[in-house]
Amino acid sequence: MSAPAKPSRWALWLPVVLFVGFIALVAVGLWRPASRDVHSAMIGKELPRFDLPPAVPERPGLARGDMLGGKPRLLNIFASWCIPCAAEAQQLEQLRQLGVEVDGVAIRDKQDDLAVFLARNGNPYARIGADPVSKIQFDIGSSGVPESFVVDARGVIRYQHIGVIAPDQVPMILARLKEAEQ
Amino acid sequence: MIANLGLAALWLAAALALLQLLAAWRALRMAGAKEGALVRPVAIVQGLLAALAFVCLIAVFCQTDLSVKLVAMNSHSAKPMLYKFAGAWGNHEGSMLLWVTIMGLAGGLVALVERRLPEPTMLATLAAQAFVSLGFYAFLLISSNPFERLDPAAPEGQGLNPLLQDPGLAFHPPTLYIGYVGLSIAFSFAVGALITREVSPAFARAMRPWVLGAWIFLTIGIVAGSYWAYYELGWGGWWFWDPVENASLMPWLAATALLHSASVLAARNALRAWTVMLGVVAFSMSMVGTFLVRSGILTSVHAFAVDPERGSFILGLLALNIGAALVLFALRAATVTEGERFAVTSREGALVFNNVMLTGALGIVLIGTLYPLLAEALGTKVSVGPPYFNPMTAVFVVPMLAVLAVGPLLRWRQDSFARITPMVAIPALLTGAAASVLVLKGMAVLPLLGMALAAGLALAAFMPLRGRKLSRVNLPLWGMIAAHFGVAVALFGMAADSAWTVERLVAVQTGQAVEVGPWKVTLRTIVPVAGPNWTALEGEMEARYKGGDPRMLHPQARAFWAPPQQTSESALATRWNGQLYAVLGEQAEDGRWQLRLWWKPFVTMIWFGGLLIALGGVLALIGRVWSDLKRIIARGKIAYRRERQGR
Repeated sequence: MSAPAKPSRWALWLPVVLFVGFIALVAVGLWRPASRDVHSAMIGKELPRFDLPPAVPERPGLARGDMLGGKPRLLNIFASWCIPCAAEAQQLEQLRQLGVEVDGVAIRDKQDDLAVFLARNGNPYARIGADPVSKIQFDIGSSGVPESFVVDARGVIRYQHIGVIAPDQVPMILARLKEAEQ
Repeated sequence: MIANLGLAALWLAAALALLQLLAAWRALRMAGAKEGALVRPVAIVQGLLAALAFVCLIAVFCQTDLSVKLVAMNSHSAKPMLYKFAGAWGNHEGSMLLWVTIMGLAGGLVALVERRLPEPTMLATLAAQAFVSLGFYAFLLISSNPFERLDPAAPEGQGLNPLLQDPGLAFHPPTLYIGYVGLSIAFSFAVGALITREVSPAFARAMRPWVLGAWIFLTIGIVAGSYWAYYELGWGGWWFWDPVENASLMPWLAATALLHSASVLAARNALRAWTVMLGVVAFSMSMVGTFLVRSGILTSVHAFAVDPERGSFILGLLALNIGAALVLFALRAATVTEGERFAVTSREGALVFNNVMLTGALGIVLIGTLYPLLAEALGTKVSVGPPYFNPMTAVFVVPMLAVLAVGPLLRWRQDSFARITPMVAIPALLTGAAASVLVLKGMAVLPLLGMALAAGLALAAFMPLRGRKLSRVNLPLWGMIAAHFGVAVALFGMAADSAWTVERLVAVQTGQAVEVGPWKVTLRTIVPVAGPNWTALEGEMEARYKGGDPRMLHPQARAFWAPPQQTSESALATRWNGQLYAVLGEQAEDGRWQLRLWWKPFVTMIWFGGLLIALGGVLALIGRVWSDLKRIIARGKIAYRRERQGR
């Protein structure tokens, strides 16, 4: 029956040793050039099944089957109420002129609003599907607008771009589409 | 103009911290050096200047001075005044300024009022406080200047993150910071005592009120943060083992252990080296937690300073402060003379057990928080969640709670179980009875254990009152009873929530009713509503408890447009015996609405218990400070009488 035994002199250095280990660990974590990009869980997966009605009369709707075969395509998730999407329209138009097929999914949109949006910002889309309850958006792992997906000929998602495609990112998107040809 | 004044005050405060350090150092090296007299006044003025700088920052935020970069980046002229005011610390630079302000003011207060310790130990303590402060001043002035100018001034500010625009969140950070940074006083006391080798009961008594004060704020901060996450995040959970939550839990565990070991040191002059170690560890955990959260090294919602330069700077400060304190401990602890001896079956023995278990739980949380980092260094990505934390912490917490029922009944130094058996028997019987009833009802192991323990603990918490006249029970004892009873209450809430929660995920038409537990919930209509920077669909629900009067609930599915983000605002109906928690989800294609409903019996007990724990701290603090004051007044009277007689 006595007080806890007096720790040995060596045991007293144990906290220092542990602390040095901690510093080494976080230093590695801090200085390693870690990529902080969001990695999409959908990359490498097939497109989910969907069949969306046309969002505007002048373009057909969009189904999974429309995206198969031929060249890789760009699937753009957008909305007329999304202001960044208006800024992105020019880059999409540029991609279209470079021969990329751009398909759109309009999220929670109204036909009239969408028509105004397309008239004002241009219409680079080959097809536009209407997704009034964000169902497809959730199924393909998109959390906001705008987002773009590179889909290859077998219907596999190869790249997910979160946010606006900026003008200087157009060559990168083209490169991704090129990669998706293999 | 005000910004210039603030910057000048900050530089001056930093210079005074250096003066404080050098003067104290010189006075310690050469006994009787005149500089010793400087230290206390300098510490007080240093604290006041830091506070002045902080007030200046609040002022530039309130008047939206857009020539200050920080204001332009984080504020907006059209923002409500409350958020202009709170915006001052809702960013990296401002929160670091708040940090040094609290450190400076706490140090100044110690310099002003603490007279019990030998003067050399006080000098060493204030030197340590100045040393730690200096590092943070350097960090502010070199890499995080809050008063940096923008030339030309911005035409308009960029606004505050909408998530932070919540009245609760405006005051959550200062509360937690007072807790975190208040622990720096314990750190400095510990380092001061190591430097002068003066680890005594007086040291523990001097340190205790500071630890108590910081601990009260930490407790309230954690309870408030937990409740906020519960109603705001819309998942119905109240603790997520998020790195940020862990960062606040770790200093709290260390400070709780410190409070208990300090009471052993104060009363019995035992656990000397251990108490000093905990003093170092508690504030170290504050700094480690802040670093982990702020450096962005762990992915977290609170990481608003993802900047390797700043991260490296804080890491350097951390290595210097904690490393130096631990090396000092290793060198000096062996020379700290051994304290009084005691038997295993004694108050001390129970408190040692409590300390070992709290430290064990701290270790579990620290390892779990750092593990993803370790795994990443080894090349894999993992996340550590409740399946690890819940059972692993329970391994330490459950035995600790069992001893919590017994410890306060034991006498100091040596006791026997035979003496306390009658007092322990009733709570133990209650625990056993509760356990057998719950086994019959078929409850899962952990909630069963929690609820049975809570029943016994609630009774045992009041056992120390047995055989005492209630009017003569002092405040610190009431504090202990309140806190221990609070533990039982919170534990009951946690167990009840995990055992009895009823969850329903349904899709309903408007007008349709759903039953969840004893409630009948009817979705009346869905109406659109608009806020300043969002639109929402709001459900109007009528909820009846066991067919009683209807209560209206209005959960919302909100859509923010900049940045485009969906949030759900849950709606709560609170009764004494639990909460109904409703979340409005998506509309399905057939027009039905998804509803997520929970009936959570006694869930509010979790936070109510937490507040009782904090209340226990408040009672103890008032009791301690009051008896100190009485002693000071009595001493003053004696001195005054002697002086008169002398004449």
